[in-house]
Amino acid sequence: MPATLAGSWRLSSSVSLRPEPFGALAYDFATRQLSFLKSPLLVDVVRRLAGAGSVDAALDSAGVPAEQHAAYLDALRSLARTGIITADHPRSSP
Amino acid sequence: MTLAPERPVTARPVTARPVGGKLVDQFEFGLDAPICLTWELTYACNLACVHCLSSSGRRDPDELTTDEAKALIDEFERMQIFYVNIGGGEPTVRPDFWELLDYAVEHHVGVKFSTNGFRITPERAAKLAATDYVDVQISLDGATAEVNDHVRGAGTYDAALRAMANLQAAGMKDFKLSVVCTRHNIGQLDDFKAIADTYGAQLRLTRLRPSGRGADVWDELHPLPEQQRELYDWLVANGDRVLTGDSFFHLSAYGDALPGLNLCGAGRVVCLVDPVGDVYACPFAIHDTFKAGNIRSDGGFDTVWKHSELFADLRNPQTGGACVSCSAYDSCRGGCMAAKFFTGLPLDGPDPECVKGNAETAIAGERTRPGSSQDHSHTGTVRNAPVPLTLLTRRPDSPCDESPVTTGRRIGL
Ligand code: SF4
Ligand code: SF4
Repeated sequence: MPATLAGSWRLSSSVSLRPEPFGALAYDFATRQLSFLKSPLLVDVVRRLAGAGSVDAALDSAGVPAEQHAAYLDALRSLARTGIITADHPRSSP
Repeated sequence: MTLAPERPVTARPVTARPVGGKLVDQFEFGLDAPICLTWELTYACNLACVHCLSSSGRRDPDELTTDEAKALIDEFERMQIFYVNIGGGEPTVRPDFWELLDYAVEHHVGVKFSTNGFRITPERAAKLAATDYVDVQISLDGATAEVNDHVRGAGTYDAALRAMANLQAAGMKDFKLSVVCTRHNIGQLDDFKAIADTYGAQLRLTRLRPSGRGADVWDELHPLPEQQRELYDWLVANGDRVLTGDSFFHLSAYGDALPGLNLCGAGRVVCLVDPVGDVYACPFAIHDTFKAGNIRSDGGFDTVWKHSELFADLRNPQTGGACVSCSAYDSCRGGCMAAKFFTGLPLDGPDPECVKGNAETAIAGERTRPGSSQDHSHTGTVRNAPVPLTLLTRRPDSPCDESPVTTGRRIGL
């Protein structure tokens, strides 16, 4: 599992997001696991990952204030750990 | 015919949804679509379990047609209902069951279906194992044929085990072995776990609720107070390895809260669509009092979910009534609405199985049980009908279980 958020990321292809008043539900059809994203802004960031080129660019374009970047990066790391977001170009093994 | 007690509608203060905060507080106000949707495809069943929560047996002539069922699946897809729990009756007796299953999968609606296992042949098992979108739940209410068949009918133990063997041989992993906990099987919890492990299944324990035919046998079948304690201790010791669908939150009053939401999700995150398209607040609350509308006559499922008066009312915070002074109120919240309703207890008071004993007087006293507002039980003889000595049978269950909420990960800031 990747520990860093280097490079470009996106929502995993087996995951769907459903908007809810508190943020969104994320359901992974491959693992049948439901997760709760507890902030609408975090949901916006996740949606912007694909095509943003980098996690930082997604945070900026969603308008996340600089002082909150660390907290959002933590949340994104848990999303990466649980497979909800995936690295766009996983490095091929040597 | 007795009249149902009124729901205490006016007792609920109308409050606004909080911003941020705990997830449970958000769920209290309801979601844009349910998380735990049960869809009973048919009232027809090849069995006649004594505790069937939907009083199933005979098909209703008004059941949704194949086209209507497909249109409903389309609606689930539009609402992004990621998966549905399909039950009945026995869903596999519907001639179009496998067709509807394929249709749901093609439309990105995952399905977990409950079955008594009779029709899970090696060929079906292989098909089921081939997709991530389908999960199967086999009902078994005794770890021995003796205990199980008394409730579910002759041969049902063997049929369930055969189905599990077929699923395992087909390579299906983590399907569910679903057990309704009764007075007669609480002593078998370790044995159920061993059976589940043998077949590579996940054990799921749920609460016996006095719904449907279950109301008639609840008094004799629900676990005794000391068995409830045994169950709680077992869940605390094994909780991370069994699913409970958040069934037992009333037991949290013994001490540490059990994992889960500890909230009655009825009409908030949970609901039921029955075979004729009626929408109820919860699979255990099949009664006119908890009917929100009908998908044919009230503008479709989405409209009923979002705009029914009943659901709007249920989405206000509960008032605790006699329970608010209880030290366990935060984790128990007065227990299960359906259990109170069908035992004739006030909805804002303690659960009939209140572990603090606060319902004992009311249960022992004069009660008017509301009875059922539908009954599709078999009227003639059923081939392998259970012999209800003192035992009851139930229909294959289809609860609001495998609460995804229980296993869900909360990712916040
Ligand atoms: S009525 Fe009972 S079974 Fe239904 S959601 Fe509420 S607590 Fe659960
Ligand atoms: S009094 Fe009410 S809140 Fe307290 S344990 Fe009993 S049912 Fe639960």
